[in-house]
Amino acid sequence: MTIAVPARPALRRREARSRRLPLLPALIITLLLTQIPFVLTVWYSLRNWNLLAGDDSTFAGVANFRATFADGTFWKSIGNTVVLTGGATVAAMLVGLALALTLQKKFPGRGIARTLAITPFFVMPVAVALFWRSAVFDPSFGLLGWLTDLAGLPRVNWLSEQSTLSIVMITSWRWTPFAMLVLLAGLQALPDEQLEAARVDGANWWQQFRRVMLPHLRPFLELTALLLSMNIIQTFGEIALLTAGGPAYGTTNITYYIYLRAFNSFDFGTASAYGLVALVLTIALALPALRLLSGIFQQEGRR
Amino acid sequence: MTTTTAPAEIEDAAPLTEKARKRRRDNDTAHWPIALVGWLGSLLLFSPIAYMLLKSFQTETDAASPSPKLVFTPTLDNYRGAFGSGFWAYAGNSLAVAVVSTLVVLLLALPAAYALSVRPVRKSQDTLFFFISTKMMPIAAGIIPIYIVAQRLNLLNTVLVLIILHIGMNLPLAVWMIRSFLQEVPPGVLEAAGLDGASRLRTMRSIILPLVSPGLWSTALLCCVFSWNEYFYAVNLTTTTSTLPLFMQKFLSFGELYTAQVAAVATVVSIPVVILGWICQRSLVRGLLFGAVK
Repeated sequence: MTIAVPARPALRRREARSRRLPLLPALIITLLLTQIPFVLTVWYSLRNWNLLAGDDSTFAGVANFRATFADGTFWKSIGNTVVLTGGATVAAMLVGLALALTLQKKFPGRGIARTLAITPFFVMPVAVALFWRSAVFDPSFGLLGWLTDLAGLPRVNWLSEQSTLSIVMITSWRWTPFAMLVLLAGLQALPDEQLEAARVDGANWWQQFRRVMLPHLRPFLELTALLLSMNIIQTFGEIALLTAGGPAYGTTNITYYIYLRAFNSFDFGTASAYGLVALVLTIALALPALRLLSGIFQQEGRR
Repeated sequence: MTTTTAPAEIEDAAPLTEKARKRRRDNDTAHWPIALVGWLGSLLLFSPIAYMLLKSFQTETDAASPSPKLVFTPTLDNYRGAFGSGFWAYAGNSLAVAVVSTLVVLLLALPAAYALSVRPVRKSQDTLFFFISTKMMPIAAGIIPIYIVAQRLNLLNTVLVLIILHIGMNLPLAVWMIRSFLQEVPPGVLEAAGLDGASRLRTMRSIILPLVSPGLWSTALLCCVFSWNEYFYAVNLTTTTSTLPLFMQKFLSFGELYTAQVAAVATVVSIPVVILGWICQRSLVRGLLFGAVK
């Protein structure tokens, strides 16, 4: 025993190292590919660096950040991000919840119905955006034009007159299946006994939904909202191909504005500052998401 | 319900349980109006894709009619045209990027997931949440350093740069998914293997891998789907040597006169991932929820 005691820390250290070894390659690569760019972004954001003005960069201090906060279009793009993300998230959640409630129980062909319903999540977003551009949104040939005719409404040039609605429509369409899948998983975790008890007590469908299902679904609804908004906030392809951020920056979200700044104006310094502000804003959104997720994890562990 | 109850009670209990079982079955089955709404909703979500399929078999004149044409003479011309003008080069790149990045992701993620579940490191929970937090960062915020580093290393407009970035994009997801599969391996099985004197590598190869291989497959398929559809890195870092989303992009300038052609190409590029997606739909929830929900 007296000999073993001094040997123990070394042994434990070796044990810890052998446990850590398989983790390291993945951890290092993830750090390299995801964290180093952010560190470099901080560095670039403090520099004066416009490729059109020459390749030399000089120290700019906080000038880029002053420019960022003074730029009306930047604030507009933040506002657009909130509207586009919020609109698409709410729409996808409402439709997704309704679908999950109907697809939860068995009926003939439910497997096929579910499979059809999740397909929008897999088709290539760029391909779909291009197809929608001419076949759905186009004022003279589009499906929406035909539908508004049927409803007796005037024809709308969707991508210029209703550009925000158009982007919300296509992004919420793509993310509705995802919301449905998550909420279906939530509904399936609901113990039968609870609904059974409510039914025995004479609760009608609405009361069962309000008093039993909704409280049970709450963490799942929160999780869906956070996962959806974190993904929809990054929307890029649909905006680039359908509206190019227009008209008058009306559908330019923060991702697209950084892209415009960096690769159309080649203003890497300011674009980095934009990126950093966007990063801080996203972290503010992501922190509650992480906390919520770890809460669900601890619950799982307790069960 | 126990075997020691008197015969009279069993007779009483039997019809009750039967009734309860029937009620449970009724609860599991939807009434027809709900089933109908479920079908209609699913079809509505699918309808833009069905519309795309329909248009892909029309001539451009039929496709450009102001009202949807349901009766027409189908043609395969659009599909014949879809494979021209460099399609195969882009498709080959897409396939290479998806397959190579996914293979590397699996090779890195499996040991990492092992170190976070079967034989956990200290603070494994924190490490796990570090992986997920990287998925929450806006990709646009890091694109400028990525572009500059790629330029310095002469990696712009190469397949390699996309492979590297897709590894970074899918690795956290794969670690999370595989970890949740590994956690379902009963600890007793591993203990027994250890007592039998099997080395860790052997336990991994002959016990863990066969148990989690369905999970590994669906993780791989999901990574392929995300890699195949990725657009942001492709458009910012590559031009001529690129993947299918960039091949699609050039139809932007063709305008409304090529709706049927776009529909056919869009269908062709989407078919592989839709099939993969259908196969792995069950694991999808778990993967995208990072294993928080079973």
